[in-house]
Amino acid sequence: MNIIVTGLLAAEVSTTSAEVAEPSSLNLLLWIAFPYVAIATIIVGLVWRYRYDKFGWTTRSSQSYENKIMHVASPLFHYGIIAVFFGHILGLMIPETWTEAIGLDEHTYHMLTLPLSLIAGAATLIGLIMLIFRRRTTAQVFQRTTKNDKVMYVFLGAAILLGVFTSWAASGIFDDGHNYREDVAVWFRSILIFQPQPEAMASAPAYFQIHAVAGMLLFCIWPFTRLVHVFSVPLQYLMRPYVVYRKKSPHRSGNRTTRRGWEPTRTD
Amino acid sequence: MKVMAQVGMVMNLDKCIGCHTCSVTCKQAWTNRDGMEYAWFNNVETRPGLGYPRTYQDQEKWQGGWVLNKRGKLQLRSGGRVKRLLSIFNNPKLPAVSDYYEPWTYDYDNLLSAPLGEHSPVAQPKSTITGNPMKIEWSANWDDDLGGAPETGPNDPIIKKIKADVTDRVKFEFEQAYMFYLPRICEHCLNPSCVSACPSGAMYKREEDGIVLVDQDGCRGWRMCVTGCPYKKVFFNHATGKAEKCTMCYPRIEAGQPTVCSETCVGRLRYLGLFLYDADRVAEAAATPNEQDLYEAQLDIILDPHDPEVQAQARRDGIPADWLEAAERSPVYRLAKEFRVALPLHPEYRTMPMVWYVPPLSPVVDSLRETGHDAEDADNLFGALRSLRIPMEYLAELFTAGDPKPVMRALDTLSVMRSYMRDQNVGNPLRPELPQRVGLTETEILELYRLLAIAKYEDRYVIPSAHAEAGKELEDLACSLDGEGGPGQFPEGGQGRPGGGTATAVAPPRPVAAESFHALKGASHQRSDATAGSIDINLPHWDGKGVPLGMPQIRKSDD
Repeated sequence: MNIIVTGLLAAEVSTTSAEVAEPSSLNLLLWIAFPYVAIATIIVGLVWRYRYDKFGWTTRSSQSYENKIMHVASPLFHYGIIAVFFGHILGLMIPETWTEAIGLDEHTYHMLTLPLSLIAGAATLIGLIMLIFRRRTTAQVFQRTTKNDKVMYVFLGAAILLGVFTSWAASGIFDDGHNYREDVAVWFRSILIFQPQPEAMASAPAYFQIHAVAGMLLFCIWPFTRLVHVFSVPLQYLMRPYVVYRKKSPHRSGNRTTRRGWEPTRTD
Repeated sequence: MKVMAQVGMVMNLDKCIGCHTCSVTCKQAWTNRDGMEYAWFNNVETRPGLGYPRTYQDQEKWQGGWVLNKRGKLQLRSGGRVKRLLSIFNNPKLPAVSDYYEPWTYDYDNLLSAPLGEHSPVAQPKSTITGNPMKIEWSANWDDDLGGAPETGPNDPIIKKIKADVTDRVKFEFEQAYMFYLPRICEHCLNPSCVSACPSGAMYKREEDGIVLVDQDGCRGWRMCVTGCPYKKVFFNHATGKAEKCTMCYPRIEAGQPTVCSETCVGRLRYLGLFLYDADRVAEAAATPNEQDLYEAQLDIILDPHDPEVQAQARRDGIPADWLEAAERSPVYRLAKEFRVALPLHPEYRTMPMVWYVPPLSPVVDSLRETGHDAEDADNLFGALRSLRIPMEYLAELFTAGDPKPVMRALDTLSVMRSYMRDQNVGNPLRPELPQRVGLTETEILELYRLLAIAKYEDRYVIPSAHAEAGKELEDLACSLDGEGGPGQFPEGGQGRPGGGTATAVAPPRPVAAESFHALKGASHQRSDATAGSIDINLPHWDGKGVPLGMPQIRKSDD
């Protein structure tokens, strides 16, 4: 364990800790307290939602209302965001020392990953814009958009927009850029192994900090929105037999009260 | 051999008058809810016609059901598992609500609230999805009775198919039209492609009775089942984001009662009963290479409930004795396999559908009568059946993947029955050679007549009750923890709750469980004594037999 921990923290930035001897209370709040609140919220929230609202756990697809825009926008967005997810895993979880150990220096690594991240970010953003446009302009879809959906779109949109901005700003296309693997990634791993280093994040550029906050806010609302469908990727489908048989479940027999989902048709 | 039981249905199309009572009562029972306005678990479509949703039978377009792949193995027509998982973000073959129809209501309030004016106020149609005024352009039965058929009829997928082979043009002029009604529910297939398409594993076939259901807690709204079903009988509830489908009214079936559509059918054309089938051979039968052999393959895996070997195996496979007894009396088995007058709908989809149809003879009889012939004579009918090429091919495309022979045989049997019974009724000498022409005995013809024409309630519906653990049943009736003072206390005396004597007006309605249903009926006698003076009358759960639960008993004075 210790070896792994040392490995993950290998890129600890000595200069940072020297400059900021004692992290300010805002930094403690944002880069220690908040991440753990976000992690706890998403875990506890998902467990709670799964136990008490399996019926609400769905994509709530609006494809049956409109499919012209959606058949382009939805795959664009979803494949984009999956690429973005793996990009985050790669960038935040793999220490710089490891890639250097296999002979990839910072510049080469950056040149390899930059195009991928820009394409993935652009696909996600364009897909999202198209989906929101569709949601607003198609009467049926807009009518069936809940308040919860709207709030979720604000948080999701903010995180993605700031993320795309961050990837461009740090890319080095406009200025020297920023090597997030020396501070943001270190902070991220330090949180996961319960040895938080807030000073690593405190020294990162402001746009990284804002994006991180937006991301953590998104995690906080995640279990309470339709985004839960992300956690039901049906990979088990590849393994199971085609036809599923089930016995009449004995625990469901007996008197039951009426369940959710039985609202009368709208007549207004 | 693994014997499994299946609740199956047969519909006698000769008797369908297209009144839509089944559809309406089904809708009232199951889909009168937000998000399901457009869905009809039971619909009645006029054939020829586009169907509901429009052109659903065109599998090149909608990609439902199974196909054989290059290696001769069964594969969903919409693609392999990986392909379909990759298209999960946008199901390319999902019918839109507009392919069914946009549901609407009318602005009735305007009739009352409009200010006094020169013109009468109107109730404008409004979409129940958006609430906006809309133009009504289609519905679940828009082409009812061939309405608009000259325009829409040629787009019927089956007409398109047979027109390729037949040189005669199918006429849609009113006087030449051949028309019948096709009521449709979920087929509760033996090899369900919807269940096989569900990525979440939320759809399942019940082991006990073969009813196909959607687990509402397991469904994640991926919509693959809608594409998978070639009959388009799985619907996406756009309000809850879950798939829903015909449940074969399983709460009623479990209590030994027919489905709502069957119970309310005006023409009494529906039959419910058990099939016993060999579950081990389903996949093999569904993979029969030639489409036209699928009907025979499907009949072949249906087992004879009178066969002692089948019975012994069924007992080993855990089928209860009263179910075996019901299987022996099953009207659907008799019609489908013994008499072979009931045919499956679109066996070429390879799903092994379990709702069967007796093809309609009436349109043939009618057209024969119009030409001045004796339309009840077997020989005339035989001749007419063979000359009415297009209707026969149409029926064959529906029921036997295009092979007219089984359809012809079924209609011949019906003709023989008509002719034979006519002789009997008018006192003509009986012709024993008539039944022999279709391979039946005179007794069998009489039995078929009783089943199809007399159609007594107890002959049409042979439904064994579900078996549940005795313990659960007891718990429902008495001594449960949620009784008065118990840890799970409920307001006592809710509806359908035996023993709850003193009703409170606020008690929420509590549905009757299948397991306690019969016990409840038995309990009603004691109850009326205990609740004298109470107003807790349980009409919603009254089955029409005996005295409703809680109804004050009027006693004769000499009691």
